[in-house]
Amino acid sequence: MPAQSVADLRFIYPELVLAGAIFAILFFDLAGRGDRSRGCATIALAGLVGAGVLAARDFLLCRGAHPAIEPHAIFSGLLAFDPFAAGMKVFFAMACALIVVFSIPTEEAGGGSAKGRGAGEFYGLFLCIVLGLYLMAGARNLLMLYLSLELVSVISFVMAGFRTEDHKSGEAALKYVIFGGASSGVMLYGMSWLFGATGSLDLGEIAAALATTDSKAAVFVGVLGVLAGFGYKISAVPFHMWAPDVYEGAPTAITAFLSVGPKAAGFAMMLRFFTQALGANAEVVPLDLPWPLVGGILAAVTMTVGNLTALGQNNVKRMLAYSSVAHAGYILMGFSVFDDLGMRSMLFYITVYCFMNLGAFLVVMAVAERTGSERIEAFRGLGRRAPLLAAAMAIFLFSLTGLPPMAGFIGKFYLFVALLEKGGTGYALLAVIGALNSVVALFYYARVLKAMYLRNAAEPEAEGPVPVRPLYGATLAALVVPTVVLGLYWMPVFALVGESLNFAR
Amino acid sequence: MLDVGLTHYLTVAAILFGFGFLTLMTRRNAVGILLGVELILNAAGLNFVAFSHYVTGGVAGQVFTVFIIILAASEAAIGLAVVLQVYKHYRTIDAGMVSRLRQ
Repeated sequence: MPAQSVADLRFIYPELVLAGAIFAILFFDLAGRGDRSRGCATIALAGLVGAGVLAARDFLLCRGAHPAIEPHAIFSGLLAFDPFAAGMKVFFAMACALIVVFSIPTEEAGGGSAKGRGAGEFYGLFLCIVLGLYLMAGARNLLMLYLSLELVSVISFVMAGFRTEDHKSGEAALKYVIFGGASSGVMLYGMSWLFGATGSLDLGEIAAALATTDSKAAVFVGVLGVLAGFGYKISAVPFHMWAPDVYEGAPTAITAFLSVGPKAAGFAMMLRFFTQALGANAEVVPLDLPWPLVGGILAAVTMTVGNLTALGQNNVKRMLAYSSVAHAGYILMGFSVFDDLGMRSMLFYITVYCFMNLGAFLVVMAVAERTGSERIEAFRGLGRRAPLLAAAMAIFLFSLTGLPPMAGFIGKFYLFVALLEKGGTGYALLAVIGALNSVVALFYYARVLKAMYLRNAAEPEAEGPVPVRPLYGATLAALVVPTVVLGLYWMPVFALVGESLNFAR
Repeated sequence: MLDVGLTHYLTVAAILFGFGFLTLMTRRNAVGILLGVELILNAAGLNFVAFSHYVTGGVAGQVFTVFIIILAASEAAIGLAVVLQVYKHYRTIDAGMVSRLRQ
């Protein structure tokens, strides 16, 4: 019904604002000469803030503010209008606005990722990815799932290769294209089997059909294929191979974004897919397929491989790439539990992870801007050369390790509680593996800390202080505060996350 | 005359998928790898059309396939652009040789 679709437009105001901002950047960039990067960044920021505010309004409306709107499916079931989608959208707007702020280039050469020329493309494409993330958060139809995922992937390929003069950037893009294409192909093949077995693309109808279907094998193949697509987005082992190379080669602002945005959206899709299509959180799981086991093995392997490989890295960006793989493993522990507490702790951990990981990448960016290196040697003596920067990095790294009183500790704490509440040998074993992994993680995070506080710079001329731009200082503060505060006073956020776990049927 | 049914289509699609996967695993040439990805995408498309015709009815599967074709084209466009960019720096498109990262 066209009339119904037009009426449904009022449920996608955040997306419309983003689309408007994309066009505004495009025309603004074409209309003038010279360096337009600041203007483009301002428009992008305005678009993100607008979209975030509208998404927050949607969240309140779904929760029952006046006039209350029941969570429901819109556009003939393609998208969902529910607290879950709205909550994720607010989260994306916040994270992406921070990334826009710290990608604003400096006046002198060097610096941010969007230098002078190409700023219009940079911010325009960036907002396109954000639009893709928004659609991923709301998708409740296999077609929409695929389209939104591809919107994010295809534009991420371009962004990874954005610095055309840098050979590393091109190599990163090539690896990303190959792995992205392969995993989306496998996911599509899985979707086709799921479609054949259930006769529908709608997640709700798939769930209904699954209750009666007898083609178990087809469903298993189908879901396994779809899991490959999700696994690629969240960089879970064995679909993580692209992550280190892409993270190292891409512009740092984009790396920071890729480690947070698509990963969170991938988890959001995964949660919606498994709750709605497979009823994984229901009391009676249709077709008793071994999803908790698959999730548990995926989690254990992902964090172990991520942490052990991170140990030997000398490039801090690459080390953080492996650490982000390991963090996907921690979050997957919640996935293997898949009850309300499990999902809640997953979402909470994703929120916390966003702040601390963005922060760590931001420090790497600030150091690389001044010293021209991302290697661990560049961090030597940072404790004296830039005390505040070093202190911020220490806080982020402590939080990533999961030491109290940082937010990362609370996040991990809830994941372990979810595992132990569920009980059973398997879950206990997974919790032990998770705890051991946190210890391993301490080693490579500590290497950076050691370089910062216990070593002097390699060359005497590099001993001077590292100046930090005020813009970076402000963004860093915006990231340090939640990382610390959420470790001490987390209940309101945890409650909000719980409320957002409400899916449109 | 041979009666062509759902199973035949699914078998052909499975073979296509297998070949695509094999291409991905064995090829070193970046363009060759992208061709493997295309084979996998076409396997999925064929599955969708076959299921749509024989099992579900309606046009959902066909529409999905049209979207797959369009996105495969856009992915190929981006992929080739990236390959070109890599060639400019490395003078080769052998995926094994393009590995200056991780050192």
